[in-house]
Parts: sequence; structure tokens; C-alpha cells
Amino acid sequence: MSGLLKSSIGRKFAMAISAFFLMFFLLQHFVINLTSIFPDHGVTFNNLSHFMGTNPLIQYGMQPVLIFGVVFHFVMGFVLEIKNRSARQVSYAQNNGAANSTWMSRNMIWSGLAILAFIVLHFIDFWFPELNTKFIQGDWSGLHNGELRYFHELQEKFHNPARVGAYIGAFAFLAMHLLHGFNSAFQSMGANNKYTKGLKTFGKLYAIIIPVGFMIIALVHHFNHSH
Amino acid sequence: MNLTLKIWRQKDANDKGQMVDYNVTDISEHMSFLEMMDVLNEQLINTGDEPVAFDHDCREGICGMCSMYINGEAHGPDRNVTTCQLHMRMFKDGDTITIEPFRATAFPVIKDLVVDRTSFERIQQAGGFISVNTSGNTQDGNAIPIPKKDADDAMDAATCIGCGACVASCKNSSAMLFVGAKVSQYALLPQGRVEATERVQNMVAQMDLEGFGNCTNTGACEIECPKGISLENIARMNTEFMKASLKG
Repeated sequence: MSGLLKSSIGRKFAMAISAFFLMFFLLQHFVINLTSIFPDHGVTFNNLSHFMGTNPLIQYGMQPVLIFGVVFHFVMGFVLEIKNRSARQVSYAQNNGAANSTWMSRNMIWSGLAILAFIVLHFIDFWFPELNTKFIQGDWSGLHNGELRYFHELQEKFHNPARVGAYIGAFAFLAMHLLHGFNSAFQSMGANNKYTKGLKTFGKLYAIIIPVGFMIIALVHHFNHSH
Repeated sequence: MNLTLKIWRQKDANDKGQMVDYNVTDISEHMSFLEMMDVLNEQLINTGDEPVAFDHDCREGICGMCSMYINGEAHGPDRNVTTCQLHMRMFKDGDTITIEPFRATAFPVIKDLVVDRTSFERIQQAGGFISVNTSGNTQDGNAIPIPKKDADDAMDAATCIGCGACVASCKNSSAMLFVGAKVSQYALLPQGRVEATERVQNMVAQMDLEGFGNCTNTGACEIECPKGISLENIARMNTEFMKASLKG
């Protein structure tokens, strides 16, 4: 397996597999976040968040895999970028990249870095406090003042317009990353056949609907909380 | 038409090189790009200057020898043509045209616009062939039934002329369209299946060894390829490679 990861195609496969995993995670995260705008004052969102936050299979099984997937995708992305840059040491005086490829496809490293910056902010906002509460303070109740705390925490975070702005900007970058990444992952896995056209349409829809959905959720909470 | 040319001049592989401006006049729109370069070179020879070195051979778009990066694109702004088939009608009077060699670490510049593409030859030597018993008992290839689509796809892949436009256009200088085409042309045919496992492993290993970058599926290679080689070939190579890796 380590030999496979040294080959260019093996690395493409590994990037694609980690991308599929992250895209599946993103979909799951989106579905749960979507419940936070249900007209039930956050009851469904609280229950789902508590389940995800305390279920041992999720916490000790899925969470480490997710962390590995995120770290792997970023590290391998940087490794490939460095290798690719060294494959052309003298740049062109004039290069018309727009003539043959999309901006998204040529700038995956920059959209990826923007997403990485957002993930750091997101971890500081939500994940590190969660780890602190559960693993350091040992409080797995999920309660604050006798109520499940997740919905309230979410609303608090979206009070600050600067954070909402950063959130929306990051999801714009995520949309751009996915607009190339979704179909690129399938191509890397060797899927280029009669289903490709349909898959491309599905990929574009996924790349737009999910990030825009996240943005709408953030805006709904921001404006609901402000009033 | 009168044109200003910005051309990469480099004495030899060790020279640093630089862009130099030239003017050419009375260029006919019916000329090919290489004929325009011939006019420039005659002009340079007449004034006692060193002509611009550039690769060319058949001038019919089939040998894969010409290799210029024109106005930021391999083989220039036209589609599905090599530089020798690019016509001056694609440009207009007063234009400034930038002409550079194909750039890649694996394609070092030898002189001016001439690059060393023997890395492609080494990839071919690593597996781009079939071993045929020529003892006299060889089976007639026409006697082996092959689905029409497979034969067509193999033929499409085999039209790759190995010019290196894919590498030159790719932001990562990846050679995967070339190697994908070479792997596919054999993988799709029964004669090629016999050595399919070693072929894809050896060719990909040589490709990596030569210092080509990794494909990130921008699709630039497919657009700039003078023979319209499809990205489908890269997907096929990826599948072939992973199947070969699982076999061990």
C-alpha cells in the first residue's frame, strides 16, 4: 500500500477516496444543520447533535476516521502541489490557462487553503469546546441550564456578522472547490463512461446546493437572532 | 500582415535564455506558422544573425515534432492542429505573438524552441509495445473478433503523435494523457491484454521517474491535444493501474 501511495495514480486514487468520504460527511453535516431551521425551536437539531456527539460508534469510530480523512486530504494536497510545481521549474512568459480549463480546476490549492482556514475557525468555534466539555471536563450530558445546549450554541455563534461573513465566504470557496473536485474524484477513480454526463450534472448540483444551503442556514440564524 | 514576435532564445541547455523581440513584414495569411518562422529565419540569416532553432519534420500534422507554445497555448490558438497546421489567418495585422518552448522539467530546452522529449521515448520503451512471436505461426490479427467500439477507441488512442502538447498545457506538466493513450491503445485489444499488467505498471513507474507532475483533471490537455485524445484514456489508465496493483 505504501508503494501504491508513492505512485502518481495511487495518490490520485487516495485523494479521490478521501474526497468522497469528506463529501459524504459534508452531506450528513448539511442534513443535520438543516434541521436547525425547522420550526420546532431546535428540538430535532438538539436531539441529532446529542446523538452524534455522544454515540460511541460516531465518537470513537467515525470521528477518528473523519479527522484522518481531513488531515490526509490536506497533507496529500500539499504534497501533490509541491511535486507538481517542481515539474515545471521555468514558467511561461505568457500562459493562457483560461483557454483550456476552468479557474476552479487551476486553483484547487487556493480554494483548499481557504477551506482549511475556515476549518481552523470552525474547530475553534465548535469542535475544541466540544472536546473540552466532553473529554477534559467529562460532561457528556449535553445539558446547559437543564436543556440540550447545541441549538443555543449555534444561534450564539451566528450572532456576529463578521463570523457569518467568513462563513459565507468560506462556503463560496467550498462551492468552487467542489465544482471541480466532485467530478475530478470520479475521473481519478477511472469513471469516465456513459454515466459521466449525468454525473457531471449531479456534481454541479451538489457543489452549489450544499454550500448555498449552509449559507442560507447561517443567514437564517443570524437574522432570526438579530430580531 | 506585419507582426511583432517575442521569441524565447537560448543558446544551449546551460544558457539562461531570454525573450527577444523581432519584426516580420508581408506575412501572408495563407502561410503556416512554420512558414512564417522560415521567413523570420531567412531574414535573420541575411542579416548575419543566428536563426531561431525549432523542431519540425513532416509539416503535415502527423509526426508530432513541432512543439511551440504560442500566445500561451501549445500549438497556438487553433484547435485540433499542430503548429505546422496552424495558419497565419488565425492572427491579424499588427499582432504581437509570444513564442516559447514547451516547458516542463522532463522536457529540458536544448536550444531556443527545441526541447528534449526523449522522456516520452523512455516511457514507450518501458511498455508501449506488444511482444509478438514472429516464428511463422502468428495468428492473423484480422481473425480475432473485436467489438467495433473497442477497435474504434483503440484507434482513437493510437492517433496520439506524442508531441507533448498535453504536458506543455498541463499546469502540473503531467504526461498522463500521453501515457493514458499509449496504455489504452493496447489495453483495448486482445493482443495488448497479455502484457497489460506489466505494461501499465512499468509505463507509470517510468512516467513518475521522469519527473512529470500529477494529473489534477483540469482537462487542459484534452483541449490542446492536436489529435483530440480524450480524458477517457486517463480514466482507463487509472483503472488499469489499480487493477494491476491489486494483482500485485
